[in-house]
Amino acid sequence: MPKTRMGSGKAIEMSRAEIKADIEKGVEAAVENGGVEPLSRTEIDRLVELHCLPARFIGLERGKELVTSFDGGSIKLKRLNISIGRIADAQIFERVLCADSAEFAHVDYSFKPVKPIIDSEQIEFKQALQVTVAPMFYGAMPNLSLYYEPVGSEPNPSTVMMEEGDIGKARRAIERTVEMGVKDMVFVSRKMHEAGADGINFDTVGSAGEGDFLASLKATERLKEMYPDICIEMGMASEFVLGMHGDMEYKGVNLAGLYPHEQVKLAEEAGVTIFGPVVNVEVNKSCPWNLARAVTFYKACREASSIPIHANVGMGVGGVPMSEVPPIDATTRTSVAMAEIARMDGL
Amino acid sequence: MGGMRTAGDLVLRMQMTRAMRLDEAKKYVADKLGVTVEDLSDNIKMDKIRRKRGLGRIRPAVNEVTDLQAKANIAELLDIKINSVEKFGF
Repeated sequence: MPKTRMGSGKAIEMSRAEIKADIEKGVEAAVENGGVEPLSRTEIDRLVELHCLPARFIGLERGKELVTSFDGGSIKLKRLNISIGRIADAQIFERVLCADSAEFAHVDYSFKPVKPIIDSEQIEFKQALQVTVAPMFYGAMPNLSLYYEPVGSEPNPSTVMMEEGDIGKARRAIERTVEMGVKDMVFVSRKMHEAGADGINFDTVGSAGEGDFLASLKATERLKEMYPDICIEMGMASEFVLGMHGDMEYKGVNLAGLYPHEQVKLAEEAGVTIFGPVVNVEVNKSCPWNLARAVTFYKACREASSIPIHANVGMGVGGVPMSEVPPIDATTRTSVAMAEIARMDGL
Repeated sequence: MGGMRTAGDLVLRMQMTRAMRLDEAKKYVADKLGVTVEDLSDNIKMDKIRRKRGLGRIRPAVNEVTDLQAKANIAELLDIKINSVEKFGF
């Protein structure tokens, strides 16, 4: 009996017929949720085959490998309780993990808190760029939640709506934070570009709702006007844009509820260089179901795009179980499926 | 793809600087290096090429090109601008 897992990571056994049925249901779920095209019979059969392979670790044919970019790069190893500085962290990504890119980031991983320490951040980033070869991003989240009370100056829209029932007030607060976010994102990105960044990574975009996405699109536009050659990677927070405002548009398109194949078109229009879609994992569904659903969405995103797509995969997104210690059997099946079926440009 | 062990960093640079899709980026880098696309992820072959062309290696010898100089060579090879080289390089 083939061994697989639940979206939670729990090990389970499923028959080939059960795996096939779950994969078909996962594809159907993507079609139903996002209105995307289903996978072909050949693609579904290949997904079934990948899940029935007995090997724990599977891989791609030579020449079919994908490149990788990351979020939170130079603060990842600190999280493992390793006492390490950010430059050494980036060098380990480059020379030990042999990553295709590295990323430099502030420990808070948001644009707003970087602003007051920008000079120190520039200097250390410049040092990192002088002792590395791989392309290096500067990454942070728009994280518009930081502009709301109690840490920010604006009334929290959720509180305003739930306690006061004042939708207009909540919406106005969201609209103001968009402009605040754009200002900080452009300021920090400009400074880090001037410090030598190969690219800027807007990560976890949309975590605070569609205002977060709008701020990232506007910041991209402004940065592209200033530096036409700047590389901007935009990685999303979840599979659809949360409608916290409900009536927020970019170039005439309402942002609430957009799925990856729709998000990428706006990102491209704004000037994004590399787009990173997300598909969330359901922990009470199997890995075959989750991976089939993710691959269906990502494939649709790639087909809608003319810029490179780096699929978000790991710890609860893109078909990888929701766990801080993702199992290699699941991550390698995900990687192969993303390369062979979704035909991603990177992870 | 293997980063500096292979040509992963070079392929990604073409995505970052010219928004090339993966297949196009691999072909571009392979053509510039005079190798096949499959060779790009052969770490033995790429290690020799990187040493010969001064593109930076995982374990460089003491007299070997590293870091910013390697990036300057990559920029020249791929006909791209690398921001840190433009600002602080040669």
